[in-house]
Amino acid sequence: MDAFVTFCLRMGDNALILGQRTAEWCGHAPVLEEDIAFANMGLDLIGQTQLWYGLAAEAEGKGRTPDDLAFLRPERQFLNSLLVEQPNTDFGHALMRQYLFDAWHLPMQEELAKSSHEGVRGLAQKTVKEVRYHLDRSRDLIVRLGDGSEESHKRMQDALDWLWPFTADLLATDEVDAQMADEGIAPVPALIAKAFDAETQATLARATLTIPETRLRRTGGRDGIHTEHMGYILAEMQSLQRTYPGARW
Amino acid sequence: MSKEWPLWEVFIRGQHGLSHRHVGSLHAPDAEMAMKNARDVYTRRNEGVSIWVVESAKITASNPDEAGAMFEPSESKVYRHPTFFDIPKEVGAM
Repeated sequence: MDAFVTFCLRMGDNALILGQRTAEWCGHAPVLEEDIAFANMGLDLIGQTQLWYGLAAEAEGKGRTPDDLAFLRPERQFLNSLLVEQPNTDFGHALMRQYLFDAWHLPMQEELAKSSHEGVRGLAQKTVKEVRYHLDRSRDLIVRLGDGSEESHKRMQDALDWLWPFTADLLATDEVDAQMADEGIAPVPALIAKAFDAETQATLARATLTIPETRLRRTGGRDGIHTEHMGYILAEMQSLQRTYPGARW
Repeated sequence: MSKEWPLWEVFIRGQHGLSHRHVGSLHAPDAEMAMKNARDVYTRRNEGVSIWVVESAKITASNPDEAGAMFEPSESKVYRHPTFFDIPKEVGAM
């Protein structure tokens, strides 16, 4: 596959799968205000997915639509990081997953807003404002809950312990990233990794949470090798198009 | 969580030049979260350009039991409306 198409699909798949996971909270969040905030964030991400898939489909030139990419690809063709497909478990896990993603997503979008590719630049200049708010909100909650009650601290630490090894997949790099950086389309991956480390170290320290000392690194999502949770997400998300192919609103 | 978060009243300015209007209320642990929640709950359809939040307990409200003394005396004083003046033509529409 063309490197640019792969890059756009990775970005779009991250947004779609996290958006889908976030949408699962609709009607189930602990308080009404969080419920609406989570739904908003999920919708922001699904809107971003459409933009990325639009770029991918155009570059691919096979006449596929963003809907085809979302609803008709099998698991092995999804290139999202393993982090975003991790289950909701509890609200602490959902918030921590969101925070770790946002800590990577914001520096990424800020750099993409300077991309040499006009379509990518335009996309990022629009979405960076959404992502800035997402990080602002998730960071604030991580600090409040991490440095909150004994119960909230424990839940946030549990979530961090579980999710941290999956951040390796968010920061993983290959020849696609190298080519995107060479062409000035996307930033040099090391730059984003550095921003991610600075953000998470400062915030998690403020939250009195400890980054686990683990050498466990879970990767593969960006190449389509997913955890056992991914199939269930797609089964639910794609069921309508699989059952009634071509059904429209 | 045994303790409810306090209630906050939300005021939104719809456009520049208009006043903030009360749009509803929400729960939040403090002012910072109240602001974020107000943004998420009340401006998601592009309703505003500015938000005020105020803790409901900080609002002093008139007592419904005293409505008679508070409001009825002004009911019969139509002359307080500026509708009894002849406005010179040169002034135009007001």
